[in-house]
Amino acid sequence: MATDNRPLSPHLQVYRPQLTSVLSISHRITGILLSFGAVLVVLWALAVASGPDAYQALIQFMGSVPGLIVLATWTFALFFHLLNGIRHLLWDAGWLLDLRGAYASGWAVVALSVILTIAVWGGLA
Amino acid sequence: MAQFRLPKNSRIGKGKHFAAPEGASHIKTFRVYRFDPESGENPRIDSYDIDLDQCGPMVLDALIKIKNEVDPTLTFRRSCREGICGSCAFNIDGTNTLACTKSIDEIRGEVKIYPLPHMPVIKDLVPDLTHFYAQYASIRPWIRTQSPAPPDKERLQSREDRARMDGLYECILCACCSTSCPSYWWNGERYLGPAVLLQAYRWLVDSRDEATGERLDELEDPFRLYRCHTIMNCTRTCPKGLNPAKAIAEIKKMMLARRSL
Repeated sequence: MATDNRPLSPHLQVYRPQLTSVLSISHRITGILLSFGAVLVVLWALAVASGPDAYQALIQFMGSVPGLIVLATWTFALFFHLLNGIRHLLWDAGWLLDLRGAYASGWAVVALSVILTIAVWGGLA
Repeated sequence: MAQFRLPKNSRIGKGKHFAAPEGASHIKTFRVYRFDPESGENPRIDSYDIDLDQCGPMVLDALIKIKNEVDPTLTFRRSCREGICGSCAFNIDGTNTLACTKSIDEIRGEVKIYPLPHMPVIKDLVPDLTHFYAQYASIRPWIRTQSPAPPDKERLQSREDRARMDGLYECILCACCSTSCPSYWWNGERYLGPAVLLQAYRWLVDSRDEATGERLDELEDPFRLYRCHTIMNCTRTCPKGLNPAKAIAEIKKMMLARRSL
């Protein structure tokens, strides 16, 4: 029987999203967002160097609704990636490596990221 | 590079519907992945309405009922029907598990049954496990020794040494964990996957084995071991309640400990 035309069984298409896999892919996505955030810092430095008009334009964008969304997302990405990174360090040391530990620490990372993001923005307001 | 979409020949089409017999009151729909290698057609999903009053409690009971009474062409592996042979591992209701130990009552709505994910399909729910078994063979899962065996008795082990293999030896190699692992989906050619690494660890901690260094050398590879990114889907899905993620982390620790000596 020919074996070269065997279909590949569905994977991402059918596998139920669960905390384990969702937090793992979120860690990668927030890591990518943080590198875009680094570009933002460079833009800010460029604006400072280019004089008051450029700086004013950047500040104006950052104060607008889309700008605030970008900054808030960045803040959340920072806290999530930081806290989940610590979770990975604990795992690498051999701790929390059972389902209870993984779920408790996972939800703790999510909750703390939200709380810290709100705290930062509440502190600024 | 990971390919997230299914290849053209693997996309799933619409299948047939088999209604329940008249007078059935307690109906549950089972949506089952079908692929016939002789038809030349793409896979499809057939749906079967089953009267649960006339069916056993487990998902495997429903599959056997379908094969016996509704559609004898349905093909799947099964043997022991009590969670010890590992044959009836499928993706059921979105996670990998054994059909014989998964109760139908646990599943809300329709029961969706697919073959183990990201595997070549031979027919219907039967994946080709050749590569998985070859990977298992590659770790040489048997005792390796230098010292001669005692002439008058077996190689003995203390109770404590034996206890270190608890949670490892119970693995039935059903492949639920390996095929739940996104890392194994994208790099399964070279990454050994949770099931095989759990077994690798089982031999690493066996006090009678004398090839620990050699075994670690064989795993010291960017893909075989280190494609594990602690996603933990493996532990989440294991139908035997084992913890492959922990075993892999322990191997990584052994690697570090020996490097710092």
